Amino acid sequence: MTLAAFTPAAPVRKSWFERLGIGHVLLGAFLLLYPLIASDFFLTTIGGYSMILGMIALSLMLLAGYGGMVSLAQITIAGVAAYVIAIFGENNSNVHGFGWPWWIAAPFGIFLAALFSAMFGWIAVRTEGIYTIMITLAIATASFYFAQQNYTLFNGFPGYSGLRAPEAFGLYWREPRPFYYLCLACAALAYAAVLYGSRSTFGLTLQAIRDNPRRMRAIGYDVTAHKVFAWFLSGLIAGTAGVLLAWFNGRISPGTIAVGPAINILIIAIIGGLRHPIGPFLGAVVVVLMQTFAIDIVGAERFNTLIGLFFLVIVFVSPDGILGLWERFKPSQDRDGWHSRPDGTGV
Amino acid sequence: MSQPGSTDRDPFAPSPGLTRGQGWGVVALFAAALLLWLFFAQWPDWLDAILLSKKAFLSAILNGLTLAGLYFLVASGFTLVFGLMRNVNLAHGSLYLLGAYIGYEVATWSGYWLLGVVAGFVVMAVIGLVMQVLVFRRLEGDDLRQTLVTIGISIVAADLMLAGWTGATYQILVPEWLDGAVKTPFVTAYRSNGAAVFLTYPFYRLVVLLVAIVIGIGLWLMLNRTRIGMMIRAGVDDREMLSASGANVHVIFAFVFALGAGLAGLAGVVGGSALSVAPGEDVRYLLASLVVVIVGGMGSITGAAIGALIIGLAEQIGLVYFPTYGVVLTFVIMVVVLAVRPQGIMGRSL
Repeated sequence: MTLAAFTPAAPVRKSWFERLGIGHVLLGAFLLLYPLIASDFFLTTIGGYSMILGMIALSLMLLAGYGGMVSLAQITIAGVAAYVIAIFGENNSNVHGFGWPWWIAAPFGIFLAALFSAMFGWIAVRTEGIYTIMITLAIATASFYFAQQNYTLFNGFPGYSGLRAPEAFGLYWREPRPFYYLCLACAALAYAAVLYGSRSTFGLTLQAIRDNPRRMRAIGYDVTAHKVFAWFLSGLIAGTAGVLLAWFNGRISPGTIAVGPAINILIIAIIGGLRHPIGPFLGAVVVVLMQTFAIDIVGAERFNTLIGLFFLVIVFVSPDGILGLWERFKPSQDRDGWHSRPDGTGV
Repeated sequence: MSQPGSTDRDPFAPSPGLTRGQGWGVVALFAAALLLWLFFAQWPDWLDAILLSKKAFLSAILNGLTLAGLYFLVASGFTLVFGLMRNVNLAHGSLYLLGAYIGYEVATWSGYWLLGVVAGFVVMAVIGLVMQVLVFRRLEGDDLRQTLVTIGISIVAADLMLAGWTGATYQILVPEWLDGAVKTPFVTAYRSNGAAVFLTYPFYRLVVLLVAIVIGIGLWLMLNRTRIGMMIRAGVDDREMLSASGANVHVIFAFVFALGAGLAGLAGVVGGSALSVAPGEDVRYLLASLVVVIVGGMGSITGAAIGALIIGLAEQIGLVYFPTYGVVLTFVIMVVVLAVRPQGIMGRSL
């Protein structure tokens, strides 16, 4: 028993600074000031891109960490939003391109991505556990082949190019600094939403369903509806990232949603860790840095071997990714702060 | 014997006295008769108009059957391993591709195609054994980590194979006695002088189908008629109880994993001779195994055969009749099966 149990129960209202936590404040300050020290390359190709990948991996972390559903279709969901941007917005591939303004096309893309996500989820939650990974892999692969073969809707192999980020409020949002802050804002919002959501009634219910679906069903919760709604929420995040990805690349093609990138997202999430929403972003930074600089070490050719081996080492050594390593070696106070399960086992 | 108020009347009982099995039997008879008629009868014009031509239709069916044979070879190993060990081996496609490459090397080096097939099987079986002993045994009981490890292995393997065999497309040459085309007894058209034109079909593809059937029957016999098959089936049902009753589970696991990997390698050589060997085939056959096993039911050899038949036929028929939507057809089948029977056609309830 701790002493706190004997002190009069006066819920002291913490200041917002305390509630936020020193780590978040420092991290936020660093990320806000990062453009002062970073070159354009580090701002967009490392910073912005990491946050986009981190958001897609975050959408996976939401499903896997809180819902126990490991999905390999997250990049497909992001791809839905990106294709919507290409088809309904403007492109220079001379196929479709209805020229909708960004403030309609982007929300529409995100919404459609979330709907598709809910649909995938509805298919996947018909089975349990390890089946989810197989079904979502089948969905991702089939979507890739379909996008590649279909020219009437997806423009086949070349996909769409010439996607332009919006010009609004006097800024072109694909310029390094505006784009960085745009990504940062979206990522921070998604991060905060997941962190907040995980402690909400819905989040707690979802985690309870993950731990014991039968009991939750017996209590009277609609297990399927909760899971599908989690897929919908994760689709919102992945869709947002998909829109940013389309603007970042300026193009969308089947290669973006192929099996390799789909697995890449899982690798990012696993390397970072599935225990806490910061994990996916951590993993994204590591993977993007490796992608960028491993070329100097092993050459561009064998990059996949390197990342694959790194991934294998992480899976073997620390099932909770880099977060797990941190947990293991950090000073031992507050050890269980990030653990979401009582027995300390991860997903 | 059925009571007036009984609610479990099955839909295939037109009159009392016909059981569910008999009902399905009648349906199967009708389907078989229709198929026979489609194959042997001279088609009326309206049928030609709907299905392009008899030749296109028959070729699609035969191609579908041979592809199903190939899918069965790949998926049977996948489903065996899954059923027994709950191990989703996402490196199964890599085993297929590596088997194909090794078969190609051995066949070109020695000049004997059969030696290539044997090498594909043996080398992959050994690699499967090593994977099971060194990797999966350490992670036993942790499904997700096992699956993640197989993903990592498949990435590294795909990259190393790309380094070793480059991105070129290889074709494993079939020996002469398997090559060439045979005349099938199916008449596709009549010449103006009344002579019948018979459909010719590559002999080798029929051999693929035959090999798949023989291996399928062999697997079935092994599982249902031998001691080790009995142990495997017991392991699928209850691993702990099997272990408790004195069987060495690890030996069985290693055997099944080696067998599954070997079958993937064998399928690689056989399939690489019928089609071609190139990077990316690993993903294709992984997807095929996934869908076949999801549709057919996990851990069931019969399910794998049924799933392979459905997917192979759907893919080839889709290729002929609606080319760009063929993948969607496969996908729709998977979704429908999941919606109606989440555990797959022959799967046990989850």
